[in-house]
Amino acid sequence: MIPSTDYIRLLPELILIVFGLLVMLIEPLLGEHNNRKGLGAIALMGAVLSILASFYQTGYEGAAFFDMIHVDTFSIFFHVLIGLIAAVVILASFEYLNLQQIRYGEYYGLILLSSVGMMLMSSAVELVLIFIALEISSIGTYILAGFRRNAPISIESSMKYFLLGSFATAFFLYGVALMFGATGSTSVYTIATTLAQGATPLAYVGIALMFVGLGFKVASAPFHIWTPDVYEGAPAPVVAFMSTGPKAAAFAVLLRVLFATEAPGWFWLIWASAVLSMTLGNIGALVQNNVKRLLAYSSIAQAGYILVAFAAAKDIGISAVIFYAAAYAAMNVGAFAVASHLANVGEKYVTLDDYAGLGRRAPGLAAVLTIFMLSLIGIPVTGGFLAKFYVFQAAMQSHLTGLVIIGVINSAVAAYYYLRVIVYMYMREPQRDVPVLKMPFALGVSLAACLAATIYLGVLPGRILDYAMASARVLVR
Amino acid sequence: MVPISYYLVLSAILFACGVLGFLIKRNVITIFMSIELMLNAVNLSFVAFASYWQALSGQVFVFFVMVVAAAEAAVGLAIIIAVFRTRQTLNPDRVNLLKL
Repeated sequence: MIPSTDYIRLLPELILIVFGLLVMLIEPLLGEHNNRKGLGAIALMGAVLSILASFYQTGYEGAAFFDMIHVDTFSIFFHVLIGLIAAVVILASFEYLNLQQIRYGEYYGLILLSSVGMMLMSSAVELVLIFIALEISSIGTYILAGFRRNAPISIESSMKYFLLGSFATAFFLYGVALMFGATGSTSVYTIATTLAQGATPLAYVGIALMFVGLGFKVASAPFHIWTPDVYEGAPAPVVAFMSTGPKAAAFAVLLRVLFATEAPGWFWLIWASAVLSMTLGNIGALVQNNVKRLLAYSSIAQAGYILVAFAAAKDIGISAVIFYAAAYAAMNVGAFAVASHLANVGEKYVTLDDYAGLGRRAPGLAAVLTIFMLSLIGIPVTGGFLAKFYVFQAAMQSHLTGLVIIGVINSAVAAYYYLRVIVYMYMREPQRDVPVLKMPFALGVSLAACLAATIYLGVLPGRILDYAMASARVLVR
Repeated sequence: MVPISYYLVLSAILFACGVLGFLIKRNVITIFMSIELMLNAVNLSFVAFASYWQALSGQVFVFFVMVVAAAEAAVGLAIIIAVFRTRQTLNPDRVNLLKL
């Protein structure tokens, strides 16, 4: 008999499933020419309700469904974060879908249903459930990547994402199998007690293979090859979604798997991956002319900074990871939302040259994008600055001087390509006539939300930081 | 009684075959089949470990993996059809609008 509190511990996911299915069911009843904004509104309501449900969970912390999921401050934080990402992306998609003539309501349903997978990833404490949640979130995003069905590059990006993504999840699954073989269990807490008595080589291999799968999801080097291609081809609001949501969820899983199980032998793995991600991401971004590709390389580098905090380990490092995930989500969703608006019909205008002179043609939009870029560099008064600061501070406290030096040099290199976008917007004359559409209301709201979150995290980080610290303590207890 | 190591080695060989097929095959369908081979190699590991630990759960996981593989196949084949429609080819080398 399953007690009713168990259902409360699963409430955000249940709400999203109900609304996701509702959207799917209403979709075929609508006519060809309906613009599907009503469905978007339903989806938005679902996302908001699930955020509220996550807040409601604070009184009901604990394990549910035979220790399959665990609701704690850590999982609630990621539930709210993922819910917010989904809501903002849905808002940003209203006008975009209309503009690109994508009249399929499944779009909204898939966003909700893949959010279910991401939320489950953050609360699951069982490796097989984590695998299934990972697949739920991935399969939805595979389809979303190919949603501009008539554009060959969109389908191509979907295919690349699908093939490489399933390849990586197979590795993750093999890791789970070996972990099961080494410990006789797939529950994170049972594994922790077994590994405490000494780890077999099988467990080391299992951790390494699981890291391959999760490294792919967070787009960390050397598993980052797919990122630029997929981000360039996929619809811009979808990129906003899949560059933040699955990433945050995969980081949550990594935190749980590495720290709750006190997994052996992960330190050099993370160290090497952090250095590679920062370096390859930043060097790759230097030569990009396509803004979506540039942001893709930047997101690889950002994953590297987050991995630095992983290497720092224990509560201070974990809280830095959590804070970074929130700040990164705010600024990255914002940047891609701006890119989706400027891209116009058929995503024609996505190169840096198209952004030339934007400061005069659309001063408001240019200013907003400038703030997101400054936050991605890590300039004070933005969330990006404090996020980087906490990461490097955590690394310093763990005496990882080498890693901090590499990270700071990388941040300096990164400033070049972010500033390049700003220079193009304010100091270059436009080469050709690039029309800028009127800002639609829904997109304006979503941009305002991202902007507010970026500034809020940069000015008043106290509450989020305290919360992140509390979550970290829950995790390592 | 066959020792467990035999099953594990077989499973590792099958997994390696899948990885190899993924890397060298030049047809999207075959590449996709290689991924399925990898998943089934893992299933063999799960069953072998389940019998080693006398834990039924390992055998149940296999069903979950099969379900996930089926869902992946449904989506994957749909994507492959969409690629074929826009490009008239299934050779990944010729699906190259996005440079790696």
